[in-house]
Amino acid sequence: MEQDRIRNFAIIAHIDHGKSTLADRILELTGAVSQREMREQLLDTMELERERGITIKAQAVRVSWRGHQLNLIDTPGHVDFTYEVSRSLQACEGALLVVDAAQGTEAQTLANAYLAIDGGLEIVPAVNKIDLPQADPDGAAGELGDLLGEPADRVVRMSAKTGAGVPEVLDAIVERIPAPSGDRDAPARALVFDSSYDQYRGVVAFVRVVDGSFSPREPLRAMAQGTAFDAEELGVMSPARMSVDALSAGEVGYVITGLKDVSRLRVGDTLTSRRRPAAEPLPGYQDVKPMVFAGIFPTDSDDYPELRDALERLKLNDGSLSYEPETSQALGFGFRCGFLGLLHMEIVRERLEREFDLDLLITAPNVAYRATTRTGEEVEVHNPAEMPRELEQVEEPYVRASVIVPKDYVGAVMELANERRGTFDHMEYLSEGRVLLLYELPLGEIVLDFYDQLKSRTRGYASFDYDLAGFRPGDLSRVDILVGGEQVDALSLIIHRDAAYDRGRQLVERLREEIPRQMIDVPIQAAIGSRVIARETVKARRKDVLAKCYGGDITRKRKLLEKQKKGKKRMKQVAGIEVPQEAFLAVLNLDSERKR
Amino acid sequence: MGDVRHLYVHLPFCAHRCGYCDFVTVVGRRGQHGAYVDALLAELELEGGVLADDVETVFLGGGTPTFTEARELARLLGALPAAAEVTIEANPETVTPELAELLRTRGVSRVSLGAQTFQPRLLGVLERQASPDDVRRAVHTLRDAGFDNISLDLVYGIPGQRASDLDADLAEALALDPQHLSCYELEAKPGTRFTVAHGEELARQADAMEGYFERVVDTLNGAGYRWYETANFCLGGERAGGRDLRARHNLGYWRGHDYLGLGIGAVSTVFRERRRNLPSLPRYVAALVAGERPSREVEPIDEATHARELLMLGLRLDEPMAVGDVTDALDHDALGRLVELGLVELARNGRGGELRLTRRGRFLGGGVTSELLVEAAD
Repeated sequence: MEQDRIRNFAIIAHIDHGKSTLADRILELTGAVSQREMREQLLDTMELERERGITIKAQAVRVSWRGHQLNLIDTPGHVDFTYEVSRSLQACEGALLVVDAAQGTEAQTLANAYLAIDGGLEIVPAVNKIDLPQADPDGAAGELGDLLGEPADRVVRMSAKTGAGVPEVLDAIVERIPAPSGDRDAPARALVFDSSYDQYRGVVAFVRVVDGSFSPREPLRAMAQGTAFDAEELGVMSPARMSVDALSAGEVGYVITGLKDVSRLRVGDTLTSRRRPAAEPLPGYQDVKPMVFAGIFPTDSDDYPELRDALERLKLNDGSLSYEPETSQALGFGFRCGFLGLLHMEIVRERLEREFDLDLLITAPNVAYRATTRTGEEVEVHNPAEMPRELEQVEEPYVRASVIVPKDYVGAVMELANERRGTFDHMEYLSEGRVLLLYELPLGEIVLDFYDQLKSRTRGYASFDYDLAGFRPGDLSRVDILVGGEQVDALSLIIHRDAAYDRGRQLVERLREEIPRQMIDVPIQAAIGSRVIARETVKARRKDVLAKCYGGDITRKRKLLEKQKKGKKRMKQVAGIEVPQEAFLAVLNLDSERKR
Repeated sequence: MGDVRHLYVHLPFCAHRCGYCDFVTVVGRRGQHGAYVDALLAELELEGGVLADDVETVFLGGGTPTFTEARELARLLGALPAAAEVTIEANPETVTPELAELLRTRGVSRVSLGAQTFQPRLLGVLERQASPDDVRRAVHTLRDAGFDNISLDLVYGIPGQRASDLDADLAEALALDPQHLSCYELEAKPGTRFTVAHGEELARQADAMEGYFERVVDTLNGAGYRWYETANFCLGGERAGGRDLRARHNLGYWRGHDYLGLGIGAVSTVFRERRRNLPSLPRYVAALVAGERPSREVEPIDEATHARELLMLGLRLDEPMAVGDVTDALDHDALGRLVELGLVELARNGRGGELRLTRRGRFLGGGVTSELLVEAAD
């Protein structure tokens, strides 16, 4: 297909604003999938995505519309995945921005729209769900037009559910989004914007060809990593995998690499032909640094190798996931993993548990800290238990947070932001009833339970997004938890001095409830350095006897004691105290419980 | 001729099955007492070869042994080997002067009375048939017949039992001057009628009743009784008048001796083998009428298991045990830790020292023992 008949676009939409339904409708309307074959939300292949109603991995689908080839590149819709959105956007010339006619623009949508504008993409705004009785298509279109600086009549009105207005959307894509403009005679270059792993065929790379043309069985090289391989197959998803004889500049498709080692081809790399290699790679992607960290441990220590393999597999198309081995005296062998945010962490955990069938224990998440020791040494700390005690200064990451909320809830949002050490930046009315609030907040406060609090205090109306604003010094303390006088490494945390007492008390109270009574008193303490800030005691049992034991009871009593002994072996021992795994879980889940 | 010196005889008949009971019992069936005693004597004939010449103890347990028809009970007692201690369990309401006389003349030297509690309200909860007066009367009747070794069973932790009820029970029991007392915490065993009816209430009371065990031990110690086994007390020191009033039959169990058990559900441990007769009365009788051994479960007790049992049982006693006898069964790391916690006492002497639980260790005997045991090989 000639480049002037190709359009590459992404859909930007907030969760539940109908992106997946729209994608389905487009596939149906363009004849890529017959109505009978139509399963709802076809693009969201992963089980998990289907359940959560969100899209995690970008994918590309080719369809035809009135003599044009349209490549729809899917994007995730959550605050944690800005990085993946920007990756997808680099493969496009335009973006369809979808807003729910009843709910209006959300903070996340706005952030991604600005991301697209910054990337030089043409935006096609659309208002969805106009069929809903509570829809306000004119209001939503006006608001969206204002934000983008476009007249409201340029905003397409549609219903992905009924299909009304969808042809107009496709027409607008063809009319407004520019065709790709690569050089088809130049040495071939393609951007790897996503990848997956096939058990039989190895790494499958999703590419946007920028210059030149690729053909099957061509010897290729990944320019950044230097990995050489042959293209076993080229193809497109339409939406089923379909092999093609060539992928040329402007087109989007997949390359089956046959590589069995997932680490040899990274997303963001540039593919070129070894026969006629390009001189310069494409700009590629900036490495994103994970900002949220947590320890992941297998419940059964025998599963450690499986966990390692699973993480390696996930890392393949999730470059933002990082992990390194961690040993905890309380939890055994595991990994300290870095995530983009809390949802990212949740999704990684769920995928590990579902797709890899692992039973996991996850520590409370923390952010990355920059610590300066008294000797002037600077260290980045990803694990509270590794925070040096002799500190000159600790810096923590801050974010610029934007919240869009109906004006009645402005007070609630301000109150929450103040509680969370937020600094007010500014506020503006997006429309008569809706307000955009900008705050600077420590990421550590957001990691705790900010989003859930925001949702609950605004009855679900608030939408929220943030981007990193750099590191700032904070009045932070390291709080250690001691059981029987011994520090439990997995439970250390770093927290603002003002909140240390409350948090320390909550933790020791919860542990007291969870640790079974032992043969001696067990003190449970929270301490900052050598100063104890909270203390509870699990009182010793006063009796534990097998009441009767005569000739007829001996076997049964012996087996009972032997079983008890085995049970003890399964408990985690801290300072000779038996701590059931459930106790750690309960403490680590303190936050998620508070949310409920 | 063998060397087993302890004989247990199970008499399962009861007038009524109490809700909390999980022993092998049979209600009523008066007509079968004779056939059952015949079967017991047939089993004794078959198995008696393992018994030593001088049997040390005989114990008739139940059920309610004294509910057995007098004629049959007399026949049984007459046929059992003579022994230094012959104990029978009795329910207070079954004790009459005639019965006492029968027991006395047939060689019974010790009677264990199931008093359980002196509070009518709590006796009702336990579904016991006796009244508090029955208990007092039974003690006096036995004493009048010449018994000088009487034991009372008490139960604590009964649903609705207040600390003051427990104190009253202990005072009532002590007022009767028994030579021996067994005090058991009520066990709500899964599946019993009692647990279905009272389980939740017991769970609610667990905290309030936590101190009852200590209260029992303190009170009885204070009254001159020796806490010689987890749940057993006997007059000690001057009050014992030079006699060792511990239950000799049960001491045999706790010291890991072999014993022969006769009757339905009865257990024997002989030559590293444990056998448990199946509980069916008709099948037991039928087998022995046919001259066959009754059906039973057999469990081999290897040396390692025997050592673990020695440790488990020996730790129930107040007398020290030789570490050398149980060293293979001991988790020596745990031993060190428990000594440090003041729960186990290790006296260094001769062959590897001697071991026993401290007072606090005895209150936590279950947990301490499970820690001290090496893990069983599967």
